[in-house]
Amino acid sequence: MAQTAFVDEGLDHEHGHEPQGFIAKYIWSQDHKVIAIQYTLTAIAVGLLALVMSWLMRMQIGFPGSLEMVDQERYYQFVTMHGMIMVIYLLTALFLGGFGNYLIPLMIGARDMVFPYVNMLSYWTYLLSVLVLVASFFVPGGPTGAGWTLYPPQAILPGTPGRDWGIILMLVSLVIFVAAFTMGGLNYITTVLQARTRGMTMMRLPLTVWGIFVATVLGLLAFPALFVSGVMMLLDRLLGTSFFMPAVLSQGEMLEYSGGSPLLFQHLFWFFGHPEVYIVALPGFGIVSDLISTHARKNIFGYRMMVWAILAIGGLSFVVWAHHMYVSGMNPYFGFFFAFTTLIIAIPTAIKVYNWVLTLWRGDIHLTVPMLFSLAFILTFVAGGMSGLFLGNVVVDVPLSDTYFVVAHFHMVMGVAPILVIFGGLYHWYPKVTGRMLNDTLGKIHFWITFLGTYAIFFPMHYLGFVGIPRRYFEFEGIAFIPDSAHLLNEWITIAALVVGAAQFLFLFNLAWSAVRGRPSGANPWRSTTLEWQTPETPPGHGNWGARLPIVYRWAYDFSVPGAAEDYIPQNRPPERDAPGLHGSLRAEGAAP
Amino acid sequence: MNPLGSLGAKPWLQPAQDVPAWGRLPFAPAQVGLAIFMAVVTALFGLLAAAYLMRMTLGDWRPLPEPPILWLNTLALALGSAALQRSSTLLRRGDPARASTAFVAGGGCAGAFLAGQIAAWAQLDALGYFVATNPANTFFYLLTALHGLHLLGGLAAWARTAWHLRSAPGARATRLGVGLCAAYWHFLLVVWLALLALLMADDAGWMPAMHHGAGTG
Repeated sequence: MAQTAFVDEGLDHEHGHEPQGFIAKYIWSQDHKVIAIQYTLTAIAVGLLALVMSWLMRMQIGFPGSLEMVDQERYYQFVTMHGMIMVIYLLTALFLGGFGNYLIPLMIGARDMVFPYVNMLSYWTYLLSVLVLVASFFVPGGPTGAGWTLYPPQAILPGTPGRDWGIILMLVSLVIFVAAFTMGGLNYITTVLQARTRGMTMMRLPLTVWGIFVATVLGLLAFPALFVSGVMMLLDRLLGTSFFMPAVLSQGEMLEYSGGSPLLFQHLFWFFGHPEVYIVALPGFGIVSDLISTHARKNIFGYRMMVWAILAIGGLSFVVWAHHMYVSGMNPYFGFFFAFTTLIIAIPTAIKVYNWVLTLWRGDIHLTVPMLFSLAFILTFVAGGMSGLFLGNVVVDVPLSDTYFVVAHFHMVMGVAPILVIFGGLYHWYPKVTGRMLNDTLGKIHFWITFLGTYAIFFPMHYLGFVGIPRRYFEFEGIAFIPDSAHLLNEWITIAALVVGAAQFLFLFNLAWSAVRGRPSGANPWRSTTLEWQTPETPPGHGNWGARLPIVYRWAYDFSVPGAAEDYIPQNRPPERDAPGLHGSLRAEGAAP
Repeated sequence: MNPLGSLGAKPWLQPAQDVPAWGRLPFAPAQVGLAIFMAVVTALFGLLAAAYLMRMTLGDWRPLPEPPILWLNTLALALGSAALQRSSTLLRRGDPARASTAFVAGGGCAGAFLAGQIAAWAQLDALGYFVATNPANTFFYLLTALHGLHLLGGLAAWARTAWHLRSAPGARATRLGVGLCAAYWHFLLVVWLALLALLMADDAGWMPAMHHGAGTG
């Protein structure tokens, strides 16, 4: 392949010397690729913990009393830790710390992040936050059982599981996580803005980078709200201040609190919490766009519109937070405003969905494992998004708010959908990370069990919600309005959950086995256009690009270009001056009125 | 072309023969990084101010008197900010000796500010304005503590830059570092003035509409 290289403007001492020795290379590493793998493995490990907790909860719901260890307290602790781990410590860390770290420098043609040392600190700080969180399993009283939203006053009242130590460790862990995220986020944004290689304009960035970039901006502006609410609740818990705590009579005793506002906490929490949905969705949107385009051998439909939609969703995500609070007792007029903004956000989101479908239309669709996961994502995101339209309306939300309908909605839209993208992304980029392909058969088995299985779990929950089955309940015995069929459905859901969970171990086996025994992938197994597939070595070496940085000549989606010899043209392939018809004709076509 | 200005581009039509400009911002990565960090800190204090305004309406709010020493502290912080700016200018003009003096003075003023803040805490504590007795007190301690911690982080960067100023006064990285310290000091001064204005306005009763329960509680 013809490659014109460009003399590196900044091959300085920082990137010039490759670190030697195992510890410098793989433990205290400042290389974005190693840090990405550290983030990914840590996130997967802590995610497994959350997976096992979901099994234990489902056993209690499907087969009450079958596991003696799951008592009421533990059930609520599992609910809380499962939610918090999945949203923050798995999804956020994996999308931004994992995919962001690995892909940003490679996709924009940089040697590393601009602040490699801060990047390393970011990972170790993240690991510390995970350890503090996990430590709460070993303290007296165990982890907090306040629910993942940690609503006061109940989160810090006597009687709530983990009130003594668990809640403190949870809040401390979150505060540490925010510090870790900020260090990573500064890197991602500055790197995208200032370290793009020559020719890589913002509008030539792959959509994966756009998604991660805007999600990071959201994170940097939203996580301070979690930080503030975490610190304030810590003070309420430790010093007896009354930010969020009203006067409370607890277990016959008047507590020292007075005058605080639980609603204030909810505003702060959801000012973080709603953008958080898009912090995990936008990288997913970006990754899926690239996967679909590559595996359908077709340029992304409406690239510019896709970028604008990402920006619009990012902006709007800051003005919808109180749709989580329709039943909180806030001023009811607020509800109308937030319902309005919530429904508006469906417009840019729908634009993205239509563009994915139009990208697929008349494409040369290859049903590879990454493609299967991408298609499953579109379906799941649409299904989950649709139920969001129900819940976004105040009058519909009020009766449904405390039912399994909400559990179904948010698991589809921000649990299953992002996880499907993560799998798609892992199957897609694994060959670049390891130089070997993941086993295809195992991948397809994993896909079908996960895809159909998650529907078997979460689709019936919509019906449970309509019947009025309340969420957060430890058991449903003796509640008159709950029909027997609901119990049967709960058994079914539990069995499906066990199977889907077990299938994930198949995936982990594939990850480990293929790293050693997988088929060698070569540099660019998917015949992809973006820069990360054009590195001189696979896996990319220290500094990514050898002596010279690549130059970018085109956008990221030159698939199936008419007249081209192959069905893809890498971003760094220079124009063939002796074949002027190639791009000339395409331009003329595009420019014609 | 700046990143925002490029959003109208149609990359699928751009001729491959041309290698367009990067569209990078005309700043060093560290400058961009610091600017983003300051945006994050602005969000942090902005949210705290919003929480302050919401919490003060809830009836039990008793504004606490600002100890006069805060004015001295403010002066110290402003002087520190000016000294670092002076240091940055002197270094650019090629006068590292005087630049070093001004730089040390800037850090010293910040140290004096922090000492003064702790003195203000001690005075309030002696007068019985404890952290948990009223939410207004809690906010005062929380806001000043967080602001102080950010300045303490700045002092760590300041110490590192002071070392560079000693070992390599002519280096580009040193000039950049001094400039960044000055920018961060200005920023923390502005944040402090905003916080002080919030506290003073509350104490002076300039936000009476917010105190709907103040007369009864």
